[in-house]
Amino acid sequence: MPAAISAIANVLIGGIFHAAVLFLVAAGLQLVFGVQKIVNLACGSFYALGAYFGITLVNFGLGAGLPDWTLLPLLVLAGLLMVVIGPPIERLLRAVYDRDESFQLLLTFALVLMFQDIFRLVWGANPRSLNNVHLVYGKWTVGDFSVPVYNLLVIGAALLTAFLIGLFLKHTTFGRLLRATAENRAMAEALGVNVRAVYAAVFTLGTLLGTLGGALVVPTAAASLDMAVEFVIEAFAVVVIGGLGSMPGALAGAGLVGLIRAGALVLYPEFEILAIYLIVIGVLLLKPSGLFGKPAA
Amino acid sequence: MKHGSALLLVAIAAGALALVPLLAPPFYANLLVPFYGYAIALLGFNLLFGYSGLLSFGHALFLGLGAYTAAVVAGVWGIKEFEVALLAAALAGLIVALPLGWLAVRYRGIFFGMLTLAYGMLAHAVLFKFYHLTGGDSGMRVPRMHLLGLEFAAYNKIELLAGPFYYYCLTLCALAAFLMWRIVRSPFGLHLRSLRDNAQKAEYLGVRVHQFRLAAFAISGIYGAVGGTILGFRTGLADPELVYWTHSGHLVFMTVLGGFSSFLGPVIGALALTLLQDQLQSLTQYWRLVLGAILALVVIFLPRGLAGLAIDVSLLLGRRSAPSTASTTETA
Repeated sequence: MPAAISAIANVLIGGIFHAAVLFLVAAGLQLVFGVQKIVNLACGSFYALGAYFGITLVNFGLGAGLPDWTLLPLLVLAGLLMVVIGPPIERLLRAVYDRDESFQLLLTFALVLMFQDIFRLVWGANPRSLNNVHLVYGKWTVGDFSVPVYNLLVIGAALLTAFLIGLFLKHTTFGRLLRATAENRAMAEALGVNVRAVYAAVFTLGTLLGTLGGALVVPTAAASLDMAVEFVIEAFAVVVIGGLGSMPGALAGAGLVGLIRAGALVLYPEFEILAIYLIVIGVLLLKPSGLFGKPAA
Repeated sequence: MKHGSALLLVAIAAGALALVPLLAPPFYANLLVPFYGYAIALLGFNLLFGYSGLLSFGHALFLGLGAYTAAVVAGVWGIKEFEVALLAAALAGLIVALPLGWLAVRYRGIFFGMLTLAYGMLAHAVLFKFYHLTGGDSGMRVPRMHLLGLEFAAYNKIELLAGPFYYYCLTLCALAAFLMWRIVRSPFGLHLRSLRDNAQKAEYLGVRVHQFRLAAFAISGIYGAVGGTILGFRTGLADPELVYWTHSGHLVFMTVLGGFSSFLGPVIGALALTLLQDQLQSLTQYWRLVLGAILALVVIFLPRGLAGLAIDVSLLLGRRSAPSTASTTETA
């Protein structure tokens, strides 16, 4: 493979990997916003929680003598276990469901502040990482181009998640109830939908997507105290570009943001973040409902 | 609380604040300097949030703008008069707020919040990445400046901040509050409230929705930039963290803590958070945890903030002696 093409392939695969993780977190944000109409700033903290706990669980598991290839199952397990924080937080948010959206936003901001210190308390102020364990699955190499197989597995896992969420929302009874509640809460409630249970389930699912995203990304990037506030803002850009509350939008937005970041890093690094927010502002001004959202009421 | 007694309370509070440099160690006066910066910025912020019903989640942009303007005026151009920096910051606030506001005031609710959040992050990206212009993450130095043409050469930085600059900020804050009081009590303020409560009806009655909201956005931008100039002078630094979204979140935090439905609520919130944060930081390194818990409690149990609590308490006490109607300081 010529050097130029493999360089482009490297950039592309880096962008797609980033997009895959972004999609998971953004999908959680979308679900919660779509159904509960809450912008959950704490989803970045769920992501960080998954990352930190992933490190702990992998170190524990591999330290206890499990073979190296259990890395990915251990990380998925870490994401699944951390979902326990979803229901109690949903219970807390219940206090402001009927309030103005500024109160809802602020309550999730309070969670962001608290989580940051919980991470500091439990895992310390220094960034934590797993040293290259993810190379256990080997590398896929074509000429100058090479990518850790782990990264490909994560991309696959994100696509599989997208597919499963789509299937769940479109073709299961609970998915239909969920969409009905998102569409018209009062009507759904009048027709006998247990909205309270739907909210609890949706929030828990949103939490799971966040913790899973964090757990999957941590072998390739360190877990740090700043990762929550940095990542939630990027996930926010994704959902605005894709359209608030829209799942296909989350997928398209994540792809776009991931590729723009990767491309800008190569072409013009100063433009990396700038380009994303210019697009966000452009989308909000020209088509506030985003690429895939329904027009705002 | 009647009008007269509210005014009396404010006068007592201002008098107490004026005594701080005389009675307390310089540490406390120095600690309160950023409070004045935040108080001015939040008076403007609440014209948007409390009075117009527009929640900006990127308002720290204007604080940063004020600090960076001071850095350019005093550091790059070498003009060492603080008044020039203030005027330049106010002008910069206006110039930046007009186009941004013009685009943003067509929206309200969550879309307004998201757009302003994106503004703030865009500003952060520019400040952070264009290293040769803005100093990147290390920011720009804000040199010491003259106040009213006086150099105060005999004072070191702490003495300057805890003495002359403290009174300078107190005066500036009082002027800003008086001006804002006149603004919210004017027909203009009444228009904004009518737009907040029912934009459709107000528009039907002939209120020009976008122009009024744009004016509120511009005024809040000017107030934010002026407040930011104080912050920059105090730390001697303008850095990108000033415009980061979490800083905008703190502005909203202060406003809700104090109570956005009262004129002085945001000022009370700024004071409470400044003192609280200082106390918590000296007690524990996990102060964010406590602060977050307090914010959660305020959001859930005290939606009208500390000012709302004070009004309720004074009403309760007032009812015991003489029946009294709702306070005049409430905006709603």
